[in-house]
Amino acid sequence: MAATQQPRPAWLKNMSAKLASIPMVFTALVIFVGCTLWTVYYSFTNSKLLPNSNFVGLDQYTRLWETNRWLVSVENLVIYGVCSLILSLVLGFLLAALLDQKIRFENTFRSIFLYPFALSFIVTGLVWQWILNPEYGVQHLVRQLGWTSFTFDPLYNADIVIYGILIAGIWQGSGLIMCIMLAGLRGIDSEIWKAARVDGIPTWKTYLWVVIPMMKPVFITALVLIASGIVKVYDLVVAQTSGGPGIASEVPAKYVYDKMFQAQNLGQGFAASTMMLLSVVVILIPWAYLQFGGKRRG
Amino acid sequence: MAKSETNTRLREGARGTKPSKAWSRRNIFIYGTLLVAAIYYLLPLYVMVVTSLKGMPEIRMGNVFGPPMEITFQPWVKAWSEACTGINCDGLSRGFWNSVQILIPSVTISIAVAAVNGYALANWRFKGAEVFFTILIIGAFIPYQIMIYPIVIILRELGLYGGLWGLVMVHTIFGMPILTLLFRNYFASIPEELFKAARVDGAGFWGIFFKIMLPMALPIIVVAIILQVTGIWNDFLFGVIYTKPDLYPMTVQLNNIVNSVQGVKEYNVNMAATLLTGLVPLVIYFFSGKLFVRGIAAGAVKG
Repeated sequence: MAATQQPRPAWLKNMSAKLASIPMVFTALVIFVGCTLWTVYYSFTNSKLLPNSNFVGLDQYTRLWETNRWLVSVENLVIYGVCSLILSLVLGFLLAALLDQKIRFENTFRSIFLYPFALSFIVTGLVWQWILNPEYGVQHLVRQLGWTSFTFDPLYNADIVIYGILIAGIWQGSGLIMCIMLAGLRGIDSEIWKAARVDGIPTWKTYLWVVIPMMKPVFITALVLIASGIVKVYDLVVAQTSGGPGIASEVPAKYVYDKMFQAQNLGQGFAASTMMLLSVVVILIPWAYLQFGGKRRG
Repeated sequence: MAKSETNTRLREGARGTKPSKAWSRRNIFIYGTLLVAAIYYLLPLYVMVVTSLKGMPEIRMGNVFGPPMEITFQPWVKAWSEACTGINCDGLSRGFWNSVQILIPSVTISIAVAAVNGYALANWRFKGAEVFFTILIIGAFIPYQIMIYPIVIILRELGLYGGLWGLVMVHTIFGMPILTLLFRNYFASIPEELFKAARVDGAGFWGIFFKIMLPMALPIIVVAIILQVTGIWNDFLFGVIYTKPDLYPMTVQLNNIVNSVQGVKEYNVNMAATLLTGLVPLVIYFFSGKLFVRGIAAGAVKG
């Protein structure tokens, strides 16, 4: 390559790198941009079993927002999302702060908190389905201990089923948040702690008013992580409840899958997945603005 | 892992700031809270293990938390070689081998492709490369659901839909953002002088890649392998969409075994099957230790 002496046309320069980048260009343009636009485009058609180009305007969207199952799905996602956001952040930060106290067995504790993250949502869902089984699980145990009227059967009670899924979701994902928070805490200058100690500020106040504000970027990263994971929640629900009882624990991602691959109602699936994209965009834009707008200033 | 633990303890003994009473109120609060949390995190693993070692009569009598009175490995045998999904009764072993069959080419190809891409981005920047890279990274946040159907069409056109190689391609595509980022950042951190010296010596794109960059990239390759093996092993959505039932990965088959509506529920077999499926990522997790953390910290971007 270096042996070529005569000048070459500009597009031939760096040819190997361009050839090597074909997979990246393909993924970026054809899959991420192309496929997304394709789905958005066809969400305005009345595609059923096969995609077609009969435009029906916003019909699919009106129908979507009139479907009870979709409304339940969105409501579930909002409850699950808000709760898991708050719980993961609080639990993750609390555990990280406790682990940061120069304690013994730090590695052991960290391994214990993080191992669920290595497991799939299917495994997570199935284990918690079994633990929350009213006949043999937690409810049964408490009744055996004497409280015979104790009821805790989230997976069979339509009103609270989403919280049953939440318990499993937090179990699986909060270790990661703990890890990120711990890295953030370790990044805080020890001089700050010394200064706070000299000034006689109690530890919890230092955390609340000094450390947490300093960790804003870490919190934002954690927030984006949790949020973009929440929108994708699918396997967990499939494994733990299959959307039941009835439609009480349906989520948008499952709605999309069922409409596309089971109900042969592609148009609905496309419209629903476009709504999912929209929700991610709403989350992502302010974050990108904060993250990259901030960096430019710095 | 145990070794590093003793290490920290030794170090702590040496540099601890001020000796404090072991049973201070502060310590009781810290260790107490951590222990309670540890129970929450360990409980499911414990329940899986004990349930999978019990016989069905014992399960019907007791609760899920009781230790087994009589240990039996029958559920494990049954889960591995006899459990039924629909009309097939050859157990989870089929799903396991399917997953292995999917895993090996998916991990190899996705890492190879991403390594070359990252290398091109770090050392051979061409006009527009950063634009594609930005799209790639943003694409990692797009919900898969919006892309799955057009990908079905593409794979069908290529004649890959339902087969192993279609799924390998999908895993390669969706692994690309995070892996490319990983390799790009790693290669960018290697001193440029090294690259320039090789250029002066007349090495080209592939020469530098194979002779200099790849051997130096070993640590990041290990991180990428951990990331991909756990990610692909745990995948459910792509497996269920892009493969046919006889090629279903282990997670899909596990879900079909446990959540099948026919027959009597055999909870011990179900838990043995669940544990078997979780075993591969768990083993990787416990053996890779710090590297796993590095992998997911990098993978965190993937969300």
